[in-house]
Amino acid sequence: MTLRERLREKISAAFYRHGLLCASYPVPIILFTSASILTCCYPLLRLPLPGTGPVEFTTGVRDYSVPSHEPQGDLGERPDWYRGPPVAYIQQVLVKASVSPWDSSLVPVDVFRSPLGRAFSLLEEIRNHVHSDGSGVRSLETLCLQVTDLFPGLRRMQSVLPEHGCLLVSPGNYWQNQRELFDLDPDLLKTIQKHEPKGLHTSATLRDLLFGVPGKYTGVSHYNRKRVVTYTITVVLSSYDARFLGSLRGRLKQLHPSANCSLRDDHMVHVHFKEEIGIAELIPLVTTYIILFAYIYFSTRKIDMVKSKWGLALAAVVTVLSSLLMSVGLCTLFGLTPTLNGGEIFPYLVVVIGLENVLVLTKSVVSTPVDLEVKLRIAQGLSNESWSIMKNMATELCIILIGYFTLVPAIQEFCLFAVVGLVSDFFLQMFFFTTVLSIDIRRMELADLNRRLPAEAGLPPPKPGPLRIREVPPPPRPSPHTITLQTPAFRNLRLPKRLRVVYFLARTRLAQRIIMVGTVIWIGILVYTDPAGIRTYLAAQVSEQSPLGDPGGGGLAPHLGVAPVFRGGDPTSALSIHPPPDPTPVPENQSQGHHGAAQAGPLPQASPPAVPQITWGAEDEEGWRRLSFRHWPSLFSYYNITLAKRYISILPVIPVTVHLSPQEAIETRHPQDTRHPPPSIPKVSADLQTDLTLYKVAALGLAAGVLLVLLLFCLYRVLCPRNYGQNGVAHGRRRRGDLPCDDYGYSPPVSEISPLLLRGHSMDIECLASDGMLLASCCLAGQIRVWDTQTGDCLTVIPNEGPMCGWDGGYGAAESGLLGPETLGPACEEEGGGGYPLRRRTAPTWPTLFNDQPDLTPLIDTNFASQPPSHLCTPPRHGFDFGGLVERAYMEHEAPSPSAYPSPSSASSSPASAAGTQAAADGESSVWALELRGNLIAAGRSSGKLELWDAVEGSLRCVNEDGGSGITALAFLNNRIVAARLNGSLDFFTVEINKPLGLLQYRGAPGRGSVPPSPCYSSEDVISCQLTRSVQCAHQKPITVLRAAAGRVVTGSQDHTVRVYRLEDSCCLFTLQGHSGGITAIYIDQTMVLASGGQDGAICLWDVLTGSRVSHVYGHRGDVTSLVCTISCVISSGLDDLICIWDRSTGIKLYSIQQEVGCGASLGVISESLLVTGGQGCVSFWDLNFGDLLQTVYLGQSSDGQGVRQLLVLDNAAIICDFGSELSLVYVPSVLEKLD
Amino acid sequence: MPRLEEHCWSCSCETKHSSGANWLASKAEEMMSIITSVLRNAYGSLHDVRAANLIRRGLVLFTVGAFLALVLNLLQIQRHVTLFPEEVMTTLFSSAWWIPPCCGTGAAVVGLLYPCLDSHLGEPHKFKREWASVMRCIAVFVGINHASVKLDFDNNVQLSLTLAALSLGLWWTFDRSRSGFGLGITTAVLATVFTQLLVYNGVYQYTSPDFLYVRSWLPCIFFSGGVTVGNIGRQLAMGGVEKPHMD
Repeated sequence: MTLRERLREKISAAFYRHGLLCASYPVPIILFTSASILTCCYPLLRLPLPGTGPVEFTTGVRDYSVPSHEPQGDLGERPDWYRGPPVAYIQQVLVKASVSPWDSSLVPVDVFRSPLGRAFSLLEEIRNHVHSDGSGVRSLETLCLQVTDLFPGLRRMQSVLPEHGCLLVSPGNYWQNQRELFDLDPDLLKTIQKHEPKGLHTSATLRDLLFGVPGKYTGVSHYNRKRVVTYTITVVLSSYDARFLGSLRGRLKQLHPSANCSLRDDHMVHVHFKEEIGIAELIPLVTTYIILFAYIYFSTRKIDMVKSKWGLALAAVVTVLSSLLMSVGLCTLFGLTPTLNGGEIFPYLVVVIGLENVLVLTKSVVSTPVDLEVKLRIAQGLSNESWSIMKNMATELCIILIGYFTLVPAIQEFCLFAVVGLVSDFFLQMFFFTTVLSIDIRRMELADLNRRLPAEAGLPPPKPGPLRIREVPPPPRPSPHTITLQTPAFRNLRLPKRLRVVYFLARTRLAQRIIMVGTVIWIGILVYTDPAGIRTYLAAQVSEQSPLGDPGGGGLAPHLGVAPVFRGGDPTSALSIHPPPDPTPVPENQSQGHHGAAQAGPLPQASPPAVPQITWGAEDEEGWRRLSFRHWPSLFSYYNITLAKRYISILPVIPVTVHLSPQEAIETRHPQDTRHPPPSIPKVSADLQTDLTLYKVAALGLAAGVLLVLLLFCLYRVLCPRNYGQNGVAHGRRRRGDLPCDDYGYSPPVSEISPLLLRGHSMDIECLASDGMLLASCCLAGQIRVWDTQTGDCLTVIPNEGPMCGWDGGYGAAESGLLGPETLGPACEEEGGGGYPLRRRTAPTWPTLFNDQPDLTPLIDTNFASQPPSHLCTPPRHGFDFGGLVERAYMEHEAPSPSAYPSPSSASSSPASAAGTQAAADGESSVWALELRGNLIAAGRSSGKLELWDAVEGSLRCVNEDGGSGITALAFLNNRIVAARLNGSLDFFTVEINKPLGLLQYRGAPGRGSVPPSPCYSSEDVISCQLTRSVQCAHQKPITVLRAAAGRVVTGSQDHTVRVYRLEDSCCLFTLQGHSGGITAIYIDQTMVLASGGQDGAICLWDVLTGSRVSHVYGHRGDVTSLVCTISCVISSGLDDLICIWDRSTGIKLYSIQQEVGCGASLGVISESLLVTGGQGCVSFWDLNFGDLLQTVYLGQSSDGQGVRQLLVLDNAAIICDFGSELSLVYVPSVLEKLD
Repeated sequence: MPRLEEHCWSCSCETKHSSGANWLASKAEEMMSIITSVLRNAYGSLHDVRAANLIRRGLVLFTVGAFLALVLNLLQIQRHVTLFPEEVMTTLFSSAWWIPPCCGTGAAVVGLLYPCLDSHLGEPHKFKREWASVMRCIAVFVGINHASVKLDFDNNVQLSLTLAALSLGLWWTFDRSRSGFGLGITTAVLATVFTQLLVYNGVYQYTSPDFLYVRSWLPCIFFSGGVTVGNIGRQLAMGGVEKPHMD
């Protein structure tokens, strides 16, 4: 064995053990994995969140110094971007201007014309300000940020934005900083509007840029109630000079003092901008992501054969993503800061890590044999793929290692991430994904179990009984062998997801609500935004139509080339001349550093008590905050300066308050403004009018919106009727309260396991027999019915009176619905007969039977009166009313039976039944045992008669009346019939057939007329039943149980013994003694397993070949009522309502299930791991491996009905159980699939 | 046939081309259209269904090639913090207009050649024939391009060697066939020669050529591009009804 093979084996074994571990403890492992993911991702919290929002940092102005490039030792809370000089310093001069006192002779234009005009003089002031001290002379020109050309492609901005000079922005830029142009402009608003972009704009508009405050705060409009105009002059400085700025501030404050201004000016804010991703970069990125998603899509599409594809795909994606997060988190934890752009390398990392392993795992697991246990499947799947997984992983690690040695930093970092990501991905695959997969596989098996066969065609749809999925708390399991299944949350998920979504939608009317909410929000937005939109629209309209506007509209001054702020030939340029010959002598626009701003001259604009009060608030302090966060980046981007990953410093604003006298306002008027001076009163009315129009339009818009909503709603109602989402009539009719909802509030669908009710018997079912194809049942009334187990059709009805010349099918009578004065049929009721009671369990009280079963139409035989009575029996017939028949018939049965469990009602039955009892006593005896092979029904009667009936035709083929004692049990094997009698004797019959018996593969219901009436039994001689041997004293006491299998006949009796006979020669092989009570249950199957249970509660396992007792256990307090064996275990149920599961080889009790009181007498094993028990009106399915209740199927409408006493498991994985007078056929189709 | 695939990777700086280039490009396109029409006619006369299938595949490959050319071209263009949509559109189409069609045509030819060669050699390609693998391959290809643009290497030799290793890794991971390798090499050589000719004739130029007139990593890109397109072509030829789920 080479090293490679040894390694391979070891890896495989390790994976196998790991798979077992994962599948056994899913919840702890998932918890552990989640915890480790969270732990590894914890360092990520310290990383900055992705986003393009700017970050701010505030410092004081006084001790400000340009931060150095090198990171200093103790930075405190200083962010790491705060290094080196900023791109620019922004100094804003915030101007608030108003005309005061407001005069009635003024026109609306005066509100902003003269205040805007003041900008030019302020600009002059700022431009020409010179500060000189000992270190030299500084003017704005030396400090400001010099810009060159505008970015190519911004030609239309050329007329307004400065080029080749200082970056100094103000509203004056609209007029090229020339007062003359401003004065000549007939319509200021139009000039401003002209540059606004059309349509939606998200970034800063030109108006915002120039005014420096958001548009609605400027006050530049005709409807400025406050009559205060606000704008800023923004100076962008390249270097910071505290003295110059201080003197400028002092100068401006001195010129235009703000009386009540208390703005703080000691903080400067540094704003750092993140890298902004342009669309040009975005497109490749988006493409990468699209490819990534396509990859994920195509990968996860291959996941198949699992319960929830989406769930697994999600788990796969979660695995990969969280492994990436873990890798980043771990790398950060160990001190490696990611420098790569995470968004860019992320898709490549995903592609490198890949989803392949996950898919391979899934495929491998789902391709393991389906009938294995889930744990084993997971383990096998894992170990099958272990070698390839390890090989791939090693290869990838090698490749990445090679990449690491390229010694390129970026590649090295990528490789580091990839290695950690790969390892953590492996970890997650092994722990997280495997566990999820095991849960999914387990769920799939459960779902398999719950799926129902498609409804058979041609069958009248049986009324599906309400199905209840009941979550009972797991039964107490004292044994250490029990394995905890997952929490109920995992097991509840039995509904298909889409169904659940549909239910959810239907229940909450989610779609409707979403549409409604959406419409409401939409109306809200409409109402909220539209008035504004209408407002601006109207404003534009009014300004166009207003008499103030230029009717020609063409009064735009031809735009000259934009004048730089410093006009080239301007002799007043303060650059070279010092001190400049300032045209304004008072106060001098320059300051000397040492004598400061001492010359505070008398202010020409002494503020009178202003009517429009100019107030300075805290919001003005940092007015730039109200601007778009892209304001500054867009301003700089016009000059091809990027702010990405850089910062700017915003200096405290300089407040300037300007009060203008009305005379000044009138002086600065444009002739067009005054040409039609609207009087004050009409102006107000116009104002009102526009307001009215505004409201009118708003109301109209609202009305239109409401109308639209109504229309939409109607449309929706037309398209989607009310029962939207509740597809199917059954669902539509169902109320929420009808069905119990599971934890999620979802009602289970009907169609998962719905029992097929076979109706027709009028009384409780007494005997059941089946050979897989056909099912024979006999009720207390003695009526034998033959059913098709595939479709549930009633094929034949054999009434108690024996063969009749003509009879009608049960359905025929039922369907014809003939009620009335008719002669009623099977009135002859069997007497119960003495002896051992066949039914060990207390029969439910009969009144409930009749309450439940009003449908007694099968009792009515319309043809009966017209037919001559059969020669075999003379049925006593009574003409009595319908209810009386049934009532009496029941009591006739109960009263004479010396049952060990006498019905209390029988004693108090009406005396009127005495006659009936007598009549029945001499009539036909009841059927005590029933067997079905091929198409022959063997019926053993209480009179000791053995009858052979043709199951299909319903004709009596043979009667043997050799024995005198009632037949308590029958076994029909091959061509032999074994009958156990009440007196303890055992009769062996041989059925001889002249023509082959022919296992009739009878399927499908015959038509009503297809069964010919057969008045005479012409084929009677064909089948004969010969008594070959009679063992007279097989047992001392009545034989209670008779089982035959594998050529052996096993009888159990009241005399505490079990006898084993050979079928061929009726030879008694063994008498097995060991029980201390009567035998109540025996199990024998083809593998010669023999188990017996007695009234003492003991269970014995015997070796049939040697007759020795293998094991002997006491398991029940009381009788053992039922025994079933599987390959590995023995299941017993007792009168103590306990179901015990024993290990067959060791006889150790694995666990027991405590059932509800009064249920669970009958047992059946569908497959190795699926147990079915009958309960009160329900059958329950149990997982034998874990002892968990899988599902409870309710048989009838009322759950408090009869218990299921007999339960037959058919080959096609159907379960037949009796349910009062009905039979239930429950399909468990998935088991059939599993057997394949 | 010379193919022009994916030169776009390199032409980061040139925004204007001479009329001569225009003429050349239009000539080339004319020629190609003539050839494709001839091919189409020839095939159409023979097998209608097959021809339709072929044309469909060719169209898909053309689309993919053109789209990849456009996108990867953007990778090469210098980043601007852009705010104006007009500018974005100009950036998107700032390269010569003939690049996407040429790349698309090249992609179609190579993508059709691969399955054709496979069938002629009698070695059907069976290795990882699924769309997920194809998507992974495309992603790795884009990644190689990304790396060629974004990574800062000390010298060009290192860059070229790294990219060559990556390309070989791509081939090994997704192809592993002799015919694929041969066709990839052929594609790379032809395309590089063609690019050299283009640059020599002054149609465009590289900012820092280090391998005659072009970048030395260009063959690697062409090789991996050929393998990728071949992968798509094979999957298309095999999948038949399935469409690539990307653009």
